[in-house]
Amino acid sequence: MPAVESKRYKAINGIIVALVVAVMLIYLIPFYWICSTAFKSRLDAATVPPTVFFKPTVTPFVKLVTKRSQRRNVVTPEQYAEAKWYEKLVYDEGERILKESHYLNRFWNSIVIASISTFLALGLGTLTAYGFSRFKVAGENDWLFFILSTRMLPPVVVAIPIFLMYRKIGIFDTHMGMIFLYTSFNLSFAVWLMKGFIDEIPKEYEEAAMVDGYTRFQAFWKIVLPQLRTGMAATAVFSFITAWNEYALALMLTSRKAQTAVPFIPSQIGSGLTDWSTIAAGTFVFLLPVAILTYYLRNHLLRGVTFGAIRK
Amino acid sequence: MSSKAASATLARKGLSDLAIRNLFIIPTILFLILFNVFPLFYSLVLSFADYSATGSEAPVWVGLKNYRDILNDPDIWENFFLTGKYVLITVSGQVAAGFGIALMLNRQFRGKGLVTTLLLLPMMMSMAVIGLFWKLLWDTKLGIINYLVGLKGFVWLSSPDWALIAIAITDIWMWSPFVMLLSLAGLSAIPQHLYEAASIDRASRWFIFRRITLPLVTPLLLIAIIFRTMEAFKTFDLAYNMTGGGTNTELLSIKLYNLAFMQWNTSKSCALAYILLIMVIAISNIYIKYLNKARER
Repeated sequence: MPAVESKRYKAINGIIVALVVAVMLIYLIPFYWICSTAFKSRLDAATVPPTVFFKPTVTPFVKLVTKRSQRRNVVTPEQYAEAKWYEKLVYDEGERILKESHYLNRFWNSIVIASISTFLALGLGTLTAYGFSRFKVAGENDWLFFILSTRMLPPVVVAIPIFLMYRKIGIFDTHMGMIFLYTSFNLSFAVWLMKGFIDEIPKEYEEAAMVDGYTRFQAFWKIVLPQLRTGMAATAVFSFITAWNEYALALMLTSRKAQTAVPFIPSQIGSGLTDWSTIAAGTFVFLLPVAILTYYLRNHLLRGVTFGAIRK
Repeated sequence: MSSKAASATLARKGLSDLAIRNLFIIPTILFLILFNVFPLFYSLVLSFADYSATGSEAPVWVGLKNYRDILNDPDIWENFFLTGKYVLITVSGQVAAGFGIALMLNRQFRGKGLVTTLLLLPMMMSMAVIGLFWKLLWDTKLGIINYLVGLKGFVWLSSPDWALIAIAITDIWMWSPFVMLLSLAGLSAIPQHLYEAASIDRASRWFIFRRITLPLVTPLLLIAIIFRTMEAFKTFDLAYNMTGGGTNTELLSIKLYNLAFMQWNTSKSCALAYILLIMVIAISNIYIKYLNKARER
């Protein structure tokens, strides 16, 4: 290419890169807004027009984990002086702490349900993927299609009969019920993704090991599994995020005991004026782990969203 | 020794391959049958009955009545129409934005990885929580969108004309990255020598785009479009948290939810669920076919 042409080309390239960075910044405004609102006082969050500069406070996080009453003038100066720092923050906004809120409990439910269901889905899924990858199965494609299609079902459609079934056998609003449900949801995903990873490992490794006297199971356990570490980690993170984010099933199949954080956060809007900074704090705490996990997952995203079909 | 003979002689040690295969596969199939197929079979039976989950009466067989009621109900046709409109707006918006950004990103520059990862963040988030928070962004007075765009006091989510558009824009924000990710994979797989050959022939940019770029990206773009169509058709979390189905935004999934868990019209909701199910399975069939094609390449 002649020098003039290449110079022009470089300039255009530079402009496009600047443009794409601008698009990215605009794209991130909602996230910026979540983060900043989470550190605003109730008043700052309710300013018209919205404030960009404000004095950051952790009050929303204190409010997130407490239940409060809004009666004013109930604190004497002596009581105020004796109060702990986080109580003072809440007094400053004209409220007083009554007791702990359910947020931490719901957050814990999310962790337990997402972790155990991920573990089960990954375990079962890896075995099944190995089965489909290494052995002849009659109607293999049909089975794989069946497995994937269970993932495509609209949650509301599945929830109606599951609700009736769970109520009958008494596991409505239990951790076990939700774990089973999320396991079945992630299982199909795990089978497809893991099959992609296993297909990439040459069969010859196991065959060589079996010539050396390994049984088939030993070959799977000692030769194949160690090479699947990255794939299993990626699959686990994807499954965890899916279970962590799931809303519709949790809304319909839990009420209190096993409720996860997602349906809990909107239920906090409650009556009266919406306390957006507290909701932002809840959202912030909830989204942060996903953002971190996404960063670690960045090289596997394409594979994950296409169920392992496209590997790049 | 050929590999076949090797496994044949070794099959006697430990479990046979057949036993391992069955042991590995059957639990998964049983699990999925128990938690997906059986419940769906149950709801199929209920869809031919008259039954409410809150009532004490046993289901009464009514044949096709529920299906007839649904198909004769103009309100439900309205829901179908609304959902179709939603799918059309969101998917075309996502394709335009996602493919556009992918075209811009498809070059080497410092920090490309970081920019791409940050752009991909929205699609990994919970749709319910994002929807809830965007309620604040769309707020008439407190919302930063009105403030940034300079529309003072414009009503979005409480307006029957604009609520669906606002939800669709939020959906486009969340899922354009998905289209971008797949387009980017398609674009970066195009062999560079095709472009070099075209530039030697002094082909115009438009010609190159139409004859080289577009046809080679189309397979992956189609996968993205079908997947997003299916997901948009099922939208529940986002819309439900932004408007609760009010102000002309009652998409099919929300209608179904209200029918099943608010009005407790269980058997009728099962019938509507089946109509949705058949449509979703039809789309997912096409989707998986394309996925398989991509896998074979």
